[in-house]
Amino acid sequence: MRRHPGLFLSLIVVLAIIAGIFVYPKGAGEKVEPWKLGLDLVGGSHLVYQIDLSNVSSTDQASVVQGLQTVIEKRVNLFGISEPNIYTSENGNQAQLFVDLAGISNVSQAIAEIGQTPLLEFEEVDTTGSSTQYVQTNLTGQYITGAQLTFDQTTNAPQVSVSFNKDGTQIFSEMTAANVGKPLAIFLDGQLIEAPVVQQQITGGQAVISGGFTVATAQTLVQGLNAGALPAPINLVSQQMISPTLGANSLKQLIIAGIIGTLLVMLFMIFYYRLLGVFAALALLIYIALTLGVFKAIAVTLSLAGLAGFVLTIGTAVDANVLIFERIKEEMKRGLPKSSAIEEGFRRAWPSIRDSNTSTIITSVILYFFTSSFVQGFALTLGIGTIVSLFSAITTTRLFLRFFLKDDKTTKV
Amino acid sequence: MFNIVGHKKIWFTLSIILVGIAVVAIATFGFQESAELKGGTLWEFKIPGQALSLADVQNELTNNLHITDAQVSADAGNQSFLVIFGSISESVHQQYVNELTTEWPSFQELSFQSISPSVGANLRNNSIIAILLVLVGISLYIAFAFRKASRPISSWKYGWVTLLTLFHDVAIPAGMLAILGHFANVQINSDIIVALLVVMGFSVHDTIVVFDRIRENLLNHRGKVPFATIINDSVNQTLARSINTSLTLILVLLSLYFVGPADLRYFVLTLLVGVTTGIYSSIFIASPALVLVSPTENV
Repeated sequence: MRRHPGLFLSLIVVLAIIAGIFVYPKGAGEKVEPWKLGLDLVGGSHLVYQIDLSNVSSTDQASVVQGLQTVIEKRVNLFGISEPNIYTSENGNQAQLFVDLAGISNVSQAIAEIGQTPLLEFEEVDTTGSSTQYVQTNLTGQYITGAQLTFDQTTNAPQVSVSFNKDGTQIFSEMTAANVGKPLAIFLDGQLIEAPVVQQQITGGQAVISGGFTVATAQTLVQGLNAGALPAPINLVSQQMISPTLGANSLKQLIIAGIIGTLLVMLFMIFYYRLLGVFAALALLIYIALTLGVFKAIAVTLSLAGLAGFVLTIGTAVDANVLIFERIKEEMKRGLPKSSAIEEGFRRAWPSIRDSNTSTIITSVILYFFTSSFVQGFALTLGIGTIVSLFSAITTTRLFLRFFLKDDKTTKV
Repeated sequence: MFNIVGHKKIWFTLSIILVGIAVVAIATFGFQESAELKGGTLWEFKIPGQALSLADVQNELTNNLHITDAQVSADAGNQSFLVIFGSISESVHQQYVNELTTEWPSFQELSFQSISPSVGANLRNNSIIAILLVLVGISLYIAFAFRKASRPISSWKYGWVTLLTLFHDVAIPAGMLAILGHFANVQINSDIIVALLVVMGFSVHDTIVVFDRIRENLLNHRGKVPFATIINDSVNQTLARSINTSLTLILVLLSLYFVGPADLRYFVLTLLVGVTTGIYSSIFIASPALVLVSPTENV
């Protein structure tokens, strides 16, 4: 890079222009890959469910949480919500399920839908001793692929027949084999609905539930099971709803504040550092284009806090430039020729640039690992921004200076 | 050349007074925790076309909806109201929406947040862990980064002094938040905690710049110039850059404060106060404190 600053500089400028086109909100880049904006900017709902794992053995927790996520995804998709974002977090015995629904207005209906998801459990019955004990098994609603309404051939009573998937078939087969002649209890939403006695091992992956249904109740259960049954109970513990107008307004204000902030920083740098400042200002623009390009390319979901974090890095991105320029001025005062002063300035400012940025990166990493979604977005943009700003302030600015500032006596730094 | 180190008693006294006020404010008033941290409901709505006063809305919520603990605040400009009360279930929320829509047909919900106390407690614990980890992480890093500048004071002392200035820079904005919480009902939420953490990350920038110069000057002039003089020279030599690096951030923060979204107002204010405190502490506290902890202070 020392030999051909012009070549590398042109490369960076071209890259920044491509990034600029790619990230421009209404430009061609939007067709390649649209921006992912958080719920607090587009409006929508953030629901947090506590998953009750008290009856699940620790070895099965991961699969139960996974199954739960699949079921809720299926359910929310059926509801016709575009791109729901459903994720879980586990922390010891506590597990939470998050449902992010972007831009919909009838959240209460969605909450009701999720809340109506049936919880189906099969339990073994232990009748040794005087009392009846129910023993939790692995077989739950997550293994059900479908259900249908059938009628008992002799009594004509409505019943629900369910089909299991491959894993479910396996578990059900083992369970029935182990319990021939004993009852097997079926619980729906925590209520015992029936405990038929197993006549023989069932390997076909089909079970029939006939627990005194009316046609209507059987029908509801069939619909519920077809939409997915829960492997563990869930409980809505937190919800956040932001209207799309409020979100759009925040986004607009944040963009305007970002642009004004950028202009102020550029003006300050040019006013204080003159020609050097012009290069820092140009490097800042390149920084903004490249960083936004990275966010979009790795599909960071930008929330209000995340964008705010990025705007803050605009204020700190030129820090390295300030340190370098002050150092260059100092070296020139000591009588070094300009090109050596520039190289010395970069070299000697580096330890303080490295150490100060490391502290911000430490903060971002800790924030990222100790917080939940909204704050994580902030930590991510702050961290990425700080790393890209190191590149921009050091490499980009150095190339500018090497290319434009030669050792003649006419240009004054 | 300013004699900053020589007047260290003035700067320390000023800081002790400010930190003292902050600690007393936090101890007596505590923080107003938002629904996010202690559990509860945060509800924002507007009712266009109705000339409603705060009292009208408060009255409706207390008497018709029977929300006994509702605290209403209003943004007179666009007639939007913000209500804070205990956490409620979704069905109760829907019932409230229906009742308010019946009362005022133009009722429009802007945001609704209801968080159970357990979720809040979790967030609060994680925040405290994060703050402690940042304090320790940055201080350890400084002790490591300055391991070569071990004479006349050990690199651990750079770490301890950094920890002291970090505490200083967080205590002052935190004290301000306790005072604002008591008198203006400003609440602490996760954004504000993030702001305090970021203050630590940023405030240490300037401190590092000065320490770096001290490290360099010590290597060049060791033994020839008294330690206090090296420190005072270093602070003066880096004065412009300490101020300028923070000034660019302050410019961005000011534009966020005045033009940015209202939701971020206290987040930005916390940062503004913290970053400004950070400039002060890096110049007037961190470096003079190094002189204080050095064994050869009598120079």
